[in-house]
Amino acid sequence: MADIHSVIGTKNKKGQTYTDTWKMMNDAPRTPSFYTGSEVIKEALRRASCDVMIAYPITPQSEAAALIGELFAEGYIGDYFRGESEFAVMSQCAGAAFGGARVFTTTAGPGTMRAMENFPMWAGSRLPIQMIVTCRGINSPLSIQPDTLEISYLLNTGMLVWHAETAQDFFDWILKGYMVSEEPDVHLPLALCCDGFFVTHTKDVVNLTPADMCLPPYDPYRSPVPCMDMECPPVRMMRDPFVMKSNYISYATHASWQQEIWAAIERSRKHSIHWLNGLIDTENTDAEIMIVTSGTAVSQGREAIRLLEDEGVRCGLVKVKTLRPWPEEEIREATKNAKHIFVPEFNVTGWLAKEIKATIPNHERVHAGPHVCGGMTMPPEIIVSEIKTALGMKTFSLAGRGS
Amino acid sequence: MSKERIQISEALYDIMPSDYQDLVKSATYGKEDRGWKDIGTSKELIEQHSLCAGCPESMAFRYILASLPNPEDTVMVGSTGCTSLVFPMVAVHNIHSLFGNQNAIASGLKRALSVRFPGRVKDVVVLAGDGATVDIGLDMTLQAWFRQEKFTTICFDNELYANTGGQESGLMQKGFVAKMAPVGKLFDKVRLPEIARESGCHYVVNCTVSKPSLVEKVIRNAVHIAREIGPTYLQLYTPCILEIGKNSMEGLQEMRDSEKPTERFAYKEYVSEPAKQLLAELAAKDKERKAAAKQLAGQVSA
Repeated sequence: MADIHSVIGTKNKKGQTYTDTWKMMNDAPRTPSFYTGSEVIKEALRRASCDVMIAYPITPQSEAAALIGELFAEGYIGDYFRGESEFAVMSQCAGAAFGGARVFTTTAGPGTMRAMENFPMWAGSRLPIQMIVTCRGINSPLSIQPDTLEISYLLNTGMLVWHAETAQDFFDWILKGYMVSEEPDVHLPLALCCDGFFVTHTKDVVNLTPADMCLPPYDPYRSPVPCMDMECPPVRMMRDPFVMKSNYISYATHASWQQEIWAAIERSRKHSIHWLNGLIDTENTDAEIMIVTSGTAVSQGREAIRLLEDEGVRCGLVKVKTLRPWPEEEIREATKNAKHIFVPEFNVTGWLAKEIKATIPNHERVHAGPHVCGGMTMPPEIIVSEIKTALGMKTFSLAGRGS
Repeated sequence: MSKERIQISEALYDIMPSDYQDLVKSATYGKEDRGWKDIGTSKELIEQHSLCAGCPESMAFRYILASLPNPEDTVMVGSTGCTSLVFPMVAVHNIHSLFGNQNAIASGLKRALSVRFPGRVKDVVVLAGDGATVDIGLDMTLQAWFRQEKFTTICFDNELYANTGGQESGLMQKGFVAKMAPVGKLFDKVRLPEIARESGCHYVVNCTVSKPSLVEKVIRNAVHIAREIGPTYLQLYTPCILEIGKNSMEGLQEMRDSEKPTERFAYKEYVSEPAKQLLAELAAKDKERKAAAKQLAGQVSA
């Protein structure tokens, strides 16, 4: 069986040194680079010791998926191919992960929805696949624009779900994500989400780790369930498959299996806190007005806070980094002084506001908004306007919003 | 995996289940000429099954597991249906994930095993019903063949959805009255063996499982060709005696009746040119091995 400690300090076939991940992410020198989000995904994968990547074109993740193909051609990825649909791709990812590979894929919007049947299966099979979700609209008529509605469908699949704000988050979290999801007491898939176009297609300065360092390889024999490679004894799993039994034991088995998935998400907390330096980031938590949100809405919220400060209104911020595990305690603590909590979101239903309302005491403090959707941008001014309106302050009229 | 991997610690021997003890004592992992004739004298790689009494699918399972050329390094992929009731009792690693995605799972699995074990043989064999292979999973069945994925696809064709209670399937005969085909099926049985050939399979066989020796031959050929050349496809008639109104003892006769020269399961085979060459090479090696064994036996007796 592979021993990951024995490979630290040795080189892979591309001449990269397998490096202790904590040292690589925290101690190694960083090089500022000006890249698009898609290019950042490629650079993270270059350092991820990934065995299998499976691709399918759908905007806005196509560029990243194709760039990883270039990495494969250069010899950085074990195998790579284009599947026939997202449903098939996610099953191919499952097959590769069952076979003990470190697996990566990317998808977006309607692709996420088409593949949906696979995600609870991934979690139930304890496959630590990493899937980048570059969110886009899933509505009809057809839209390719940014919209985060698809994340809400992922929240109850049993996957870990993280929501990156910036390309820097993306770079770091792709690499750290494997460390969390491959822990034996977690061993679950990770949906690493970002807002399509805003992150994937804009350029930003990202501090990269050295290209000659890479993650230690995945060790499938640390999995809590057997790897399907015929390297360990096959066992007769049960006399009668539970699918065909309607009795207490079969129900209890299914129930405990589901509970174990959710317990594993809970156990991922400590690892996520360790690697992400907490499940949330906060600013000004003593303020009576708080903005709590995730993804690029955090950036817009930060800008709104600056505008409000100019007008003498003090406002704090909570950046929610992980949606599963859900940072319940952290959000309660960070909002305990708040009289008003605003949740700006890039979707029509306001799923994040609902999660927050279900978490904190006195949830009438939560103002679910502003919402934009269908590809609309969220100028900080509409967050400012929402806040001032709720506080009974005079605000300018925004065209088309009927205020 | 070598047979040493499944050995039991002496201290724990008596508490291991008897079927596992039997597996260690007398299963045929690693036996080069393993085949259907081992049934009855060695531990089979299927312990029990929960299929109906007399189900031809259970015969097919036993013959196939006895015939796999390399079970110690074979991973099987199943799908939802009656086959998924058997796999938990099969002594090779096997994967059930969703209904119809078996060839997608196998594609990812085979590639992962090739990345992780370069230079070593790791066979992948898909075994699924006709609903999974031809209806809900057809896209992934064909695309795996287009991509020349190197694994074997076996379809247990019982010409309907058996596990859900006898609904119409694409491989059902035209005119058959079934659930969801209340006035009889309106279109012909899908000609998947021909489609398999056109889609790039190097070895395609359409037959019944009435003769274990024939099952052994086609399984060995299909696995060897998939390992060395490209995709292979076996469509095996395993009638659902329950849904076609037969008794437990009538499954074998149903298969014999359906494999007559004019019937739909008359033996049909396609072998690509590279596959023919490989089979000839394997036959020559086999002959050599047997001759050497004979010579050795002669020397010993002399």
